[in-house]
Amino acid sequence: MNRAEILTVEHLTMRFGGLTAVNDLSFVAREREITALIGPNGAGKTTLFNCITGFYKPTVGRLRLAHPDGASFLLERLPGFRIAREARVARTFQNVRLFAGMTLLENLLVAQHNPLMLASGFTVLGLFGSRAYARAEAAAIDKARYWLDRVGLAPRADDAAGALPYGAQRRLEIARAMCTDPVLLCLDEPAAGLNNRESVELNEFLRAIRDEHGTSILLIEHDMGVVMEISDRIIVLDYGVKIADGAPSEVRNDAKVIAAYLGVADEEVASAGLEVGL
Amino acid sequence: MSEPAPPPRESEPAAKRLDVLAAVKEAAIAALVAFGLFVLLIGIRTEQGPTGALVFTTRFGLLAEIVAAVFVGRLLRALTWRDATVSINSLVPGSVKAAASDLAVYAAAAFVAFALLVPIIFYTNRYVLDLAILIVTYTMLGFGLNIVVGLAGLLDLGYVAFYAVGAYSYALIAQSFGLSFWICLPLAGILAAFAGLLLGFPVLRLRGDYLAIVTLGFGEIIRLILLNWQDLTGGPNGISAIPRPSFFGLPFTAADNGFAATFGLQYSPTHRVVFLYYLVLALALLTNWVTLRLRRLPIGRAWEALREDEIASRALGINTTTTKLTAFSMGAMFGGLAGAFFATRQGFISPESFTFGESALVLAIVVLGGMGSQLGVAVAATAMLGGFELFREFDQYRMLVFGAAMVAIVIYRPRGLVSTRTPSVFLHQRKAVPAAIVQDARTGVETPT
Repeated sequence: MNRAEILTVEHLTMRFGGLTAVNDLSFVAREREITALIGPNGAGKTTLFNCITGFYKPTVGRLRLAHPDGASFLLERLPGFRIAREARVARTFQNVRLFAGMTLLENLLVAQHNPLMLASGFTVLGLFGSRAYARAEAAAIDKARYWLDRVGLAPRADDAAGALPYGAQRRLEIARAMCTDPVLLCLDEPAAGLNNRESVELNEFLRAIRDEHGTSILLIEHDMGVVMEISDRIIVLDYGVKIADGAPSEVRNDAKVIAAYLGVADEEVASAGLEVGL
Repeated sequence: MSEPAPPPRESEPAAKRLDVLAAVKEAAIAALVAFGLFVLLIGIRTEQGPTGALVFTTRFGLLAEIVAAVFVGRLLRALTWRDATVSINSLVPGSVKAAASDLAVYAAAAFVAFALLVPIIFYTNRYVLDLAILIVTYTMLGFGLNIVVGLAGLLDLGYVAFYAVGAYSYALIAQSFGLSFWICLPLAGILAAFAGLLLGFPVLRLRGDYLAIVTLGFGEIIRLILLNWQDLTGGPNGISAIPRPSFFGLPFTAADNGFAATFGLQYSPTHRVVFLYYLVLALALLTNWVTLRLRRLPIGRAWEALREDEIASRALGINTTTTKLTAFSMGAMFGGLAGAFFATRQGFISPESFTFGESALVLAIVVLGGMGSQLGVAVAATAMLGGFELFREFDQYRMLVFGAAMVAIVIYRPRGLVSTRTPSVFLHQRKAVPAAIVQDARTGVETPT
């Protein structure tokens, strides 16, 4: 039952001056699983993401990433771009961050920067039109085309990313992250702003990423429909502290979780839980 | 007769009257601002009298005329152009725009063809040849700066520093070691590229206005070093008698081993000018070729990604530090090559040639041309430097005309002459990206959310 650990977070603490955004947090995300991070606003979810992807250096704690092939990385010691390049952790952002003035295809090619850079002999060979680079670029375009097909945006490949509707931008951002061949994909609220149909499609897409590509997913999400349906495991944060950790069925009945979400006294938890259908 | 007019017809003139009233008010405000601006500039003057003492004179008549002209002008504008957001873009139909983008390809080819023919057409006109050399030099500087500002989105106000480093490197190496132009030229480029790295390191974390200020300072530092390091640079006296370029070893002199004698031609000083012109044209075309090539390579896309969103670039595994530094050093290298050419053409350089005005001129060329567009930069360089010469007859009104032209462009083409971005790669069809979506060098610093 227990798969190999892919991300191990140990005693992670992140302080900003007097504010402790994440406090002594430990959890494990496993290979080929979708791990969801939930919690009320300000619980420290995005801070945790920024620690994992190297935008913040944690005050205390260790973040260990283990590849299926046995390589292991201490993320808190790597600069941000190496976390993406070597540890192969990809992420999306809460407020979509695409290269708005570049086309969809270009967005996906930028994501394949490092392999292409190698193929172009760090620009020198590419400048003189080497065959090897031309082949590498054609392969990169094929890969981009594959992911554009997967998110249903292939017909718009040559449009500017900034001209896409919001839902399509979210899908493109996930496709772009997948073009880096990640071992761990971190999604910050991928369902925010999506309608019901789009949200169902997103569920399908995330499952496909997990099952077909073997990518583990770490997910921040407020949409409980998405979280409960696709997560293999849920971790609940409140005020930077972990208050629950387990399968969806366990977490949804956890008294502390209901209290954190609804802010009611313990004796009222049962009735409140019934009201919201948890 | 006694029937009352229907309400709409009654309210219409009322609205009109309100319009006129608002227009008069607007014109009055404009006139007031003009009065405030010009009362000291034009209304009052102090002149040196016959005895050497200052004499106080007034020109209130002229002041009144100007204020009245502003009032009338503003009134006319408010009455005729009210609410009409006049933009050339909206006046041009879509079909014409599509044809124009095809035309751009031919326009570029025609531009290059004309540039190649200039020395043949104007062979006897030394003035035009000198102007052409100047224009092509600035086009090349524009191309170089375009890498930094247009592609990587890093606002650089001190570009002249690299031009200076290139010029002084060439002059000093050529004079001290007696190396030929073709060896000194790449050395000057490499040294300028190092200067680019030197500037790049301290400004890695800066963007937008903050970066502009630091680069402005860097430009001044280089100029002051050149001015004060007398032992090396000769200070304000500059460096003179810089070796002139030769035609692959054949000097442009009347001597027996000179260019003219070797090819059996009548000696003419124009030979050297024509050679210099083709030299700088080749350098500019090389810069253009490299830039276009780089745009299609991963490094060029990384530069553009950096301009669009630095945080997303980092999250995709792009080393933003080296990417920025390569942009700075690549831009600096082309500036340095242009500087080396400048030194060999002039035969004399001094810090006076490398003031902030030069940086501003090159940046203006890039901004007017449209950031990221090569054709736009070439057209803007021609228009600006050609315009300077064209308006020379206007004497003291030259800058006024020039300023008015700048204001017009900022109003009607705020993103430059060629404002759309051409994608570097396409799947089905190449579509230009509208300027409004593309980020530019003005965006500030952000934190990830």
